[in-house]
Amino acid sequence: MLPIDDVFRLTLIGISQGCAYGLVALGFVLIYKATEVVNFAHGDFMMFGGFAVLTFSESFGLGFWPSLLCACIAMGAAGFLVDALIMRRIIGQSQASVFILTVAFGFILRSAAGMIWGWNPVSIDTPFDNEVTIANVTIGAERLAIIAATVVLCTALYLFFSRSRLGIAMQASAQNQLAAYYMGIPVRRQVSLVWALAAAIATIAGAFMAPITQLDTNTGFIGIKALAGAIVGGFGSIPGTLLGCLLIGVIEPFADYFFPSIKGVSAYIVMLVVLFIRPEGLIVQTYMKKV
Amino acid sequence: MTEPLLEIRNVETYYGPVMAIRGVSLTVNEREIVAVLGANGAGKTTLLKTASGALDCRKGQIIYGGKEIQCRDPDWVARQGISHVPEGREVFPLLTVEENLMMGAYFRKDSDAVADDIETVYGYFPALREVKGQMAAYLSGGQQQMLAIGRGFMSRPKLLLLDEPSLGLSPVLVTEIFDIICRLNREQNIAILLVEQNANLALQVSTRGYVMEVGGMVMDDDSETLLESDDIKEFYLGKKDEGARGLRRWKKKKTWR
Ligand SMILES: Nc1ncnc2c1ncn2[C@@H]1O[C@H](COP(=O)(O)OP(=O)(O)OP(=O)(O)O)[C@@H](O)[C@H]1O
Ligand SMILES: [Mg+2]
Repeated sequence: MLPIDDVFRLTLIGISQGCAYGLVALGFVLIYKATEVVNFAHGDFMMFGGFAVLTFSESFGLGFWPSLLCACIAMGAAGFLVDALIMRRIIGQSQASVFILTVAFGFILRSAAGMIWGWNPVSIDTPFDNEVTIANVTIGAERLAIIAATVVLCTALYLFFSRSRLGIAMQASAQNQLAAYYMGIPVRRQVSLVWALAAAIATIAGAFMAPITQLDTNTGFIGIKALAGAIVGGFGSIPGTLLGCLLIGVIEPFADYFFPSIKGVSAYIVMLVVLFIRPEGLIVQTYMKKV
Repeated sequence: MTEPLLEIRNVETYYGPVMAIRGVSLTVNEREIVAVLGANGAGKTTLLKTASGALDCRKGQIIYGGKEIQCRDPDWVARQGISHVPEGREVFPLLTVEENLMMGAYFRKDSDAVADDIETVYGYFPALREVKGQMAAYLSGGQQQMLAIGRGFMSRPKLLLLDEPSLGLSPVLVTEIFDIICRLNREQNIAILLVEQNANLALQVSTRGYVMEVGGMVMDDDSETLLESDDIKEFYLGKKDEGARGLRRWKKKKTWR
């Protein structure tokens, strides 16, 4: 048996890992809900966002928080433009072309990042480089920071989507796009804003992940695991997505510990198991449309 | 004569290569209720969608308040004062009743007046006040229709496009909803373009009516005249001698052909 301290430590690591997946998955789900497009380049948005933070802090000499803010704004603007200039035109075409397009974005972003920032892993200076001891367990502060960031961000998103007029209108557009148009809601602009929001969240994810995993052009592949978490949670529901990502995140360190030979695949095994038992995912938002 | 509020001129709309409406014309004057009748698949919904910008027409003009508005985005058209209450209600299922109503007024900036108008809607539809915190998905069909109309009113439109408000409702509820439609027209000075299968009721509340068939306009007249017309009686009101109805439907030549 594992000593209790180790269980606690692995659980903490798992939760922080799950939060990281959750932050990335949020972007997938937001874009999916708004447009029914799965943006396979989303993980690469995260990678790019992380590098953007690095640039603002190293080249412009800004501190971590100002760099993060600037990077979020820059990446948000980029996300907005990706939708407004490219995605908007292709929406309504076949699922396959949209899929290939987003995959192609991923390749472009990875090679662009390689050309700009090089191909070697780098690290970001964050305020969370010390260690923290909780009940005999010592853990990197960066792990706790990502948990805190997730909690703060999710609370903010919850308030935004449930209280603000813009947030409610974004929900409305996602639930019934044509009806939203009939209400005079500028649906197109709002979809682009969702892309901006998703890109900004990805940037935050990238910045908080960097001290843990380091940052290189392939960091974005964490997006695939985040996607698995989102599917486990029932793609389309934000609480479900977070739950699914936490589940995958917590199982992962234990699985890696007990079955080191299959390191890294536990997320997909969990996904398969859940899909077998509950094909619709853990949490489903259902309602019947009345005739 | 003053110019009409809405004028549809020789509009043609396609679904891909398929022409759904062929050269349809129609006018709605201010403060008027105009009915559009027609069998399933006649193109009534297509006509309304073209008017509200959800579909682009390939030919023809749509003139609203003296301006050409065809082929504009539906959200832009809505902001000009045309509110489309679509067939099948299309409420926002996971928003509450009150949030749905707020969305109807999304582009309005006068939040005090919006709050008053929500009260006005509850005045017209007291049943909605009782469920204002509930998600729209869990309302009954009748409540959803009330919500859809109320939401359409929240933008304070000059023109309301109503697509089959009686669809799937009990006769009592239909009467109730038509009553409100008339009151909206009278008390709020909203012109209404009403698409209906229920020809009898639609012609009773409207001043003029149009009849569509396979994508074209085949008749238009004062509603009173239409109510008395043999064709309307036979094909939409089912008032001809009952026994031979099934037979006669196919045999008798319609006068408009
Ligand atoms: N999305 C679509 N794609 C292709 N054809 C369509 C589409 N929607 C409608 N049509 C066709 O256009 C024609 C007119 O349809 P429309 O929905 O306007 O009829 P309607 O008069 O509203 O009928 P109903 O009374 O059943 O609502 C029909 O022949 C229909 O088959
Ligand atoms: Mg129809």
